[in-house]
Amino acid sequence: MAAISRLFLLLLMSTAPLFSSGSRNGFTINGRVKIPQVGFGPKGFALPGRMSNVKVILNGGQNVTFVRPDGYFSFHNIPSGTHLIEVAAMGYFFSPVRVDFSARNPGKVQAALTENRRGLSELVLEPLREEHYYEVREPFSIMSLLKSPMGLMLGFMLVVAFFMPKLVESMDAEEMRRVQEEMRGQGVPSLSGMSPGGARN
Amino acid sequence: MATRSFFVPFLLFALCFYSSLTPVLSLYEDQVGLMDWHQQYIGKVKQAVFSTQKTGRRRVIVSTEENVIASLDLRHGEIFWRHLLGSDDVIDGIDIGLGKYVITLSSGGSVLRSWNIPDGQMVWESFLQGPKHSKSLLLVPTNLKIEKDNVIVVFSNGRLHAVSCIDGEVLWNKDFEAESFEAQQVIQPPGSDLIYVVGFAASSQFEMYQINARNGELLKHERATFSSGFLRVVSLVSSETVVALDSTGSILLTISFQNGEISFQQTPISNLVEDPSGPAVILPSSVPGIFAIKTNAFTIFIRVIDEGKLEVVEKTNHETTVSNALPISEGQQAFALVQHAGSEIHLAVKIAHDWDGNLLEESIKMDQQRGLVHKVFINNYIRTDKSHGFRVLIVMEDHSLLLLQQGAIVWSREDGLASIIDVTASELPVERDGVSVAKVEHNLFEWLKGHMLKLKGTLMLASPEDVAAIQSMRLKSSEKSKLTRDHNGFRKLLVVLTRAGKLFALHTGDGRIVWSHFLQSLHKSGTCQSPIGLNLYLWQVPHHHAMDENPSVLVISRCGPSSDAPAVLSFVDTYTGKELNSLSLVHGVVQVIPLPYTDSTEQRLHLLIDSDKHAHLYPTTSEALRIFKREFSNIYWYSVEDHNGIIKGHALKCKCTGEVADEFCFDTRDLWSVVFPSESEKIIATVTRKLNEVVHTQAKVVADQDVMYKYISRNLLFVATVAPKGSGEIGSVTPEESWLVAYLIDTVTGRILHRVTHHGAQGPVHAVFSENWVVYHYFNLRAHRYEMSVIEIYDQSRADNKDVWKLVLGKHNLTSPISLFSRPEVITKSQSYFFTHSVKAIAVTSTAKGITSKQLLIGTIGDQVLALDKRFLDPRRSVNPTQAEKEEGIIPLTDSLPIIPQSYVTHALRVEGLRGIVTVPAKLESTTLVFAHGVDLFFTQLAPSKTYDSLTEDFSYALLLLTIVALVAAIFVTWRLSERKELQDKWR
Repeated sequence: MAAISRLFLLLLMSTAPLFSSGSRNGFTINGRVKIPQVGFGPKGFALPGRMSNVKVILNGGQNVTFVRPDGYFSFHNIPSGTHLIEVAAMGYFFSPVRVDFSARNPGKVQAALTENRRGLSELVLEPLREEHYYEVREPFSIMSLLKSPMGLMLGFMLVVAFFMPKLVESMDAEEMRRVQEEMRGQGVPSLSGMSPGGARN
Repeated sequence: MATRSFFVPFLLFALCFYSSLTPVLSLYEDQVGLMDWHQQYIGKVKQAVFSTQKTGRRRVIVSTEENVIASLDLRHGEIFWRHLLGSDDVIDGIDIGLGKYVITLSSGGSVLRSWNIPDGQMVWESFLQGPKHSKSLLLVPTNLKIEKDNVIVVFSNGRLHAVSCIDGEVLWNKDFEAESFEAQQVIQPPGSDLIYVVGFAASSQFEMYQINARNGELLKHERATFSSGFLRVVSLVSSETVVALDSTGSILLTISFQNGEISFQQTPISNLVEDPSGPAVILPSSVPGIFAIKTNAFTIFIRVIDEGKLEVVEKTNHETTVSNALPISEGQQAFALVQHAGSEIHLAVKIAHDWDGNLLEESIKMDQQRGLVHKVFINNYIRTDKSHGFRVLIVMEDHSLLLLQQGAIVWSREDGLASIIDVTASELPVERDGVSVAKVEHNLFEWLKGHMLKLKGTLMLASPEDVAAIQSMRLKSSEKSKLTRDHNGFRKLLVVLTRAGKLFALHTGDGRIVWSHFLQSLHKSGTCQSPIGLNLYLWQVPHHHAMDENPSVLVISRCGPSSDAPAVLSFVDTYTGKELNSLSLVHGVVQVIPLPYTDSTEQRLHLLIDSDKHAHLYPTTSEALRIFKREFSNIYWYSVEDHNGIIKGHALKCKCTGEVADEFCFDTRDLWSVVFPSESEKIIATVTRKLNEVVHTQAKVVADQDVMYKYISRNLLFVATVAPKGSGEIGSVTPEESWLVAYLIDTVTGRILHRVTHHGAQGPVHAVFSENWVVYHYFNLRAHRYEMSVIEIYDQSRADNKDVWKLVLGKHNLTSPISLFSRPEVITKSQSYFFTHSVKAIAVTSTAKGITSKQLLIGTIGDQVLALDKRFLDPRRSVNPTQAEKEEGIIPLTDSLPIIPQSYVTHALRVEGLRGIVTVPAKLESTTLVFAHGVDLFFTQLAPSKTYDSLTEDFSYALLLLTIVALVAAIFVTWRLSERKELQDKWR
């Protein structure tokens, strides 16, 4: 989010001089993709900030364009109406942008991020966050070893081996006998308690 | 080996252990390539230009029919960089400007881009408009300069543009207003400041414009009429002469426009060759002084001598392909000629002015499975002894790309795999005695050492060398690429059919091509001019009775694009790739219905519906007919006519009543039809359940110990319709005039079980149907975001079967027969969520028994595949789930679906041009195999609920061993201790 609040650059959408053929009322969308430079980049992700593999997609694939080295891109001959611009760049999450060209008053253009409905005064697209596709290996710790199945097994064994005798020892003979009798008396668990339907009746 | 099932003892333990983890599917970076593979392709090459840069590695720039521009290493054929343009952005031409930029013209000549050759970065982009649609031509003259600026000349949309090579600025342009003028060639004679634009106007007029290249000024405009008209193709034979054919294809016209004067020279083809056998066409080429024409039987090479005289230099009936011209020295141009002769191809490199003297002559053995040579591109290099060496890039009929040099194939690329039409999975042979048995673990020490390394890895104690050793050990594991069936069902063959008509079998372990076969029926032949492959079906899957037979697949193709073109069936053995049989049918094929019945040799019965609504049964054996007769009245199918908005249900009626007796042909009848009002609804998507899907249980236990019964029917069809206005692009309508209606239709009775309208929604709709739910993705115009909805359908008639006593006493209706003709009491639940991205494809994981929970696999617009747990699309999600619901695993409701980067199954890779996602169950219940294809291929294994039934790859046997040793030691120690204590007690 912090990256977003950094300053925006020039350029706004402009209505290009249209060609005479009436049916084609073409607007031009100009914008810029800004990716924070190396240094911010996550460790291990290849070439952050590289622009050659950034694609800008209009209306779910109607038009696809690429960005110039400085991040600028443009779509030509776009009819008025509401459009959706998406940016596909590996390692970054971009919010799609809604762009409105008003048909009634030409030149009036609005843009907003659809993810958080924030309006954009200029069409500068910045990633909302970086995407890390891999889990990071936890550094070795004794806790992770203990938490592993083996560790748990070992721990349980140790508890049984060392503490159970202590527990049994600390019980007095009277109590021991009572417990043993209780266990004998319990018998087989009843069937009615097992089935969920039975419990309702 | 690490995934050997320890099913029984470990299941419980592993389950309770793993359930404590987050449900995120994830991968460590060092696990890349362990279970997944990724292959990059480019598609069939349309045009290739060689980069002549002196420094750096040699490369060739290609444009392809998949809309890819790519830079390939000339030495190995690897991809340096690659860009996939949009689907409407078809590449018209490429060239190299200033030696360091690739210039591409695309989108019908309206987009001109320049790319940096070393890294593929786009440098500039220009948008070229014009008054009318026309052919687009790109010309990059090497030495034409305007104020020190190199110029690119583009003719497109009826306008000639001169564009600066440095920044894409349009320097000047010139309109060609004449209504019917069609430019054929733009010519810039080297060393002059003139540009010629030649073409045809009306039907019989040849026009020539001479333009000043510096400012676009029209210098001269000449026209000449030839009464019998032209075939609108020309071949350029010199900078001021073109050759054309008259409209009958029997007279050659040499048109010269030297000094702005047009002069015709007519030569009837019959004067040149004795037996022209039918009309000729000109093969486009650019070799100076020579052109080629093709008649039905021959390819004829003709030389233009002075003053428009023609002379035949060669007449051949072999398949011949000519390359572009390559300037090799001052005034000399070389070109390559490739001819087929049996299993060899003959390559000859000639100089344009000297037909008989070959610079190079080679014969190369060529795999018959590659078909004919379609395109040839020539390039030269200077040998150490200063002589010229030539290398040739050839594009074959199966779309593969090969580099020939010094009589050998240096490298080849199977680029047919960039355009897969259909995929099916087939088993590998069972491992038998003598059939490649895996080598036993080398020895115990090696084994232990390996596991100690792994242990070190998991404990993060490994040094970088150790990590590398672990990695190579894992990748090497010979297990995964063996050619036999494995215990877990991870090793399979993916049989894919490509657009070129070639069948490939890919190994799931490492993605290599096990065999490939160019189907005979998909070769272009006299009887079948434009064959197209349609579908792939599993024909024979032997498992019980016919273990000795090999499995086979059925490939359905037809001659030509129309649905009544005769169909061809081919049967291919999946172990060997041999074509077992091929049937040319007399009828067409509109629909193929694999029936759920097999005969005694496990051949599946298939019903083919032709365009006259007759049903044809295959295989044509009496046994199949007997089985079919028995099930005659139980066979129903439906058809969707999306152009007029009708869905129809069909059943069989009786034998065909044609004049020819055919006992495998049946008449059909219409049972029902659903007609959508054409003024308000248009069908844009239909989807059904996968035929081979397995559902584990019909009952679903919900939080308060209640049971719901899923309505599971194989005959449910999901249909999505939109307002006709809203069927265009996003944003072309207002929310008020657009809606989307989703239907669930029973395809046996035609009953609409559920209907829901989404107001202000628009297509495209992508949907997936599984078990009793359907998930669909569409665009919400009001919020201007994509949305995904889920509909779950439950059977209400069984809802009162919850009483245990009823079950015990047999008073339930669970065993009562289900008929689709009785009116089902169903209830549906649905919910919608926002989803960030556009979607290209949706699939769902499928497992062997259907016990494992499901994940949706969503192919996003960024060409990645996202795995999304089905629990996020559960209509019972609420903002504040109760305690019981939380225990059941219901996630609190959020308005949008989460996108967790670690759950991209393609991790940091892209499946460029993603088109489809296929899931195949492995034998191991927890695991599903995922194959995503587009221009690239990607394969991986997924375990939606983690691998609860096997040990993971990084399971450490060494740790297990250590634990056991420690336990044994502890036993001994405690034993001694207790002995000693006992002794003390006794002494007391």
